[in-house]
Amino acid sequence: MIDFFQSIGHKTLSRFASLGRATRMLIGALVNVPNLRKGPALLVRQLYMVGHQSLLIIMVSGLFIGMVLALQGYTVLVGYGAEDSLGPLVALSLLRELGPVVTALLFAGRAGSALTAEIGLMKATEQLSSLEMMAIDPLRRVVSPRFWAGFISMPLLALIFSAVAILGAHLVGVDWLGVDSGSFWSIMQSQVSFEKDILNGMIKSFVFALIVTWIALYKGYDCIPTSEGISKATTETVVHSSLAVLGFDFLLTAVMFSG
Amino acid sequence: MSQFVNVDVESDLSQAIVEIKDVTFSRGERTIYKNMSFSVPKGKITAIMGPSGIGKTTMLRLIGGQLKPDNGDILFEGQSIPRMSRKALYDARTKMSMLFQSGALFTDMSVFDNVAFPLREHTQLSEDLIRLVVLMKLQAVGLRGAKDLMPSELSGGMARRAALARAIALDPELIMYDEPFAGQDPISMGVLVKLIKSLNEVLGLSSLIVTHDVNEVLSIADHVVIIAEQGVIGSGTPEQMQQHDSALVQQFLKGLSDGPVPFHYQAQNYQEELLSGGQ
Amino acid sequence: MNTRKIEILVGLFVALGVAAFAVLALKVANSGISGSGETYTLNAKFENIGSLKTRAPIKVGGVVIGRVEGISIHPQEFVPVVAMSIDANYECQFSDTTSVSILTSGILGEQYLGISPVIASDSAKNTCLGNEVTNTSSDVDDLDDLFGVQSKALKDGDLVTDTKSALVLEELIGQFLFNQGSE
Repeated sequence: MIDFFQSIGHKTLSRFASLGRATRMLIGALVNVPNLRKGPALLVRQLYMVGHQSLLIIMVSGLFIGMVLALQGYTVLVGYGAEDSLGPLVALSLLRELGPVVTALLFAGRAGSALTAEIGLMKATEQLSSLEMMAIDPLRRVVSPRFWAGFISMPLLALIFSAVAILGAHLVGVDWLGVDSGSFWSIMQSQVSFEKDILNGMIKSFVFALIVTWIALYKGYDCIPTSEGISKATTETVVHSSLAVLGFDFLLTAVMFSG
Repeated sequence: MSQFVNVDVESDLSQAIVEIKDVTFSRGERTIYKNMSFSVPKGKITAIMGPSGIGKTTMLRLIGGQLKPDNGDILFEGQSIPRMSRKALYDARTKMSMLFQSGALFTDMSVFDNVAFPLREHTQLSEDLIRLVVLMKLQAVGLRGAKDLMPSELSGGMARRAALARAIALDPELIMYDEPFAGQDPISMGVLVKLIKSLNEVLGLSSLIVTHDVNEVLSIADHVVIIAEQGVIGSGTPEQMQQHDSALVQQFLKGLSDGPVPFHYQAQNYQEELLSGGQ
Repeated sequence: MNTRKIEILVGLFVALGVAAFAVLALKVANSGISGSGETYTLNAKFENIGSLKTRAPIKVGGVVIGRVEGISIHPQEFVPVVAMSIDANYECQFSDTTSVSILTSGILGEQYLGISPVIASDSAKNTCLGNEVTNTSSDVDDLDDLFGVQSKALKDGDLVTDTKSALVLEELIGQFLFNQGSE
């Protein structure tokens, strides 16, 4: 029994320690801005790795999710003769929820796991130590550009996701199922608010970007530098960041849209 | 302590570039070093030897300031590494470099860019000048022809030589080699031994080699420190070490040259573990 | 070279993101742009607001001119007070005899506020805007002169008194049944 409580206490403490290390890493990466001469080039490279490389999966997923939403929404709405409301249904669910959340989940699977594996591998092959011994701060050189790349990429990806999905919904709803194109757009426009829906969706996206990128980088930076440790860290990145995204999504939705 | 009486014998080896003073270091519950002291003379090749798992790599990380000792002091060119500010430490690190066991080449850069990396980071040299320096360094390790290869295309020995070229890119005062001979075939081993020796002579730097390949290192080392049981059990020139009266030193030197015979120190641990497992 | 290719692709990525933002902002959410301009606030007391929500549209003859900013309870009278945020272009245009009613769009639609405007007299407008009142051009058609009462134009913070509450279906049915029973 005492062992049981002891192990709970021990686990709690190590969770706190882990959170502390993660915070220290983040602060280390944010406070030490990469030097101005090299920074932009490093950031562009990481934007390519993190953002551009996720573009295809985001666009394809967005297209299909928009099409499915239109199809499902239509079959329900047409029962009430309200198929003209397909536009706002699709746009609101995408801008408020699906855009930021699905992008974050896909991003965690595509870019987050890659970030963890890459940094874990750099740690295992002593590249991080080697940087330190060359008097180059790995937080500044390796972690910082990746963090900013993730933080910038994800909201952009979420916007692209939503836009493509709405086009997909238009494709199915208007071109295929015969909803009137004019009412599709105009009712959407009258129902969707720029501040409340688009900006709040983007705020969500920035929060998710912070969470997913932070978790991915920390898991890589803190992993046990063996192949087993890296594979464990990669899995943890996807699991932890997905759960964190869904949890925070609930909190943010409660704050933003319940009023 | 009687263990480092021999240090006085090397007074002819001029001043020390690194001095380890009374260092105690533990990781978790396990004490790795207890009141250990030795020094690395300037301009010479010093070998730190000892059985696996006694924290030889830890020693290098302590000197590099990546770890801090619990007690005692580590001096690099007379300045205390553990008490340095972050900036001073980074300045000191530009004067030392480390060759990691795996080479630690950056996997996303070509060999050329790897060697150019510290130059681009720490100097304001033009690309033309950097190209010249890099080619010179690669020529020194015999890999000028491999400059466009990626690290994944190199053999283990070539990766280590490329890493060596990168380590000497900034003309450091001190190079630390972490197990440079581990897992090398006899030819690459011979190449590395020759390289370390010649780099030390030509560039006039100090070398610190951590290894347990006794024969290779004794052939080039000027100064040998043997670590076991949480401290230095013997130090001196290779000749002095061959005649050292400590049984432990003899066992280590001969034990390994005979073949992979488990070292005395390890065997004790093993027995204890067996006994404790039986209870 | 390689770096250049990466730069181009990243530029493409960022441009796509910005384009998506533009599409969403302009094509999907048109109302936001016009609603982000300057506004002024009017208050209106109602008996019952039904299911009126904040951000419900405020319309004049079907054209949206503002949104419901907030709904609260009057501290003494315990009746709902609706704060209406209206496009600043219409400040001092409506007279205080203007009426506001809570209407429903369609049978199942959302509730919104309909304003039946009474255009303020020129002198009232000028007073409201803080201009000097010039009596030189005495308007014969002016209703105020007709009734001999001075009306005011509505400006920021004013209270609209002429309001019509929401129709609540249950009350209507109750009234109907009551009337039926009494016959």
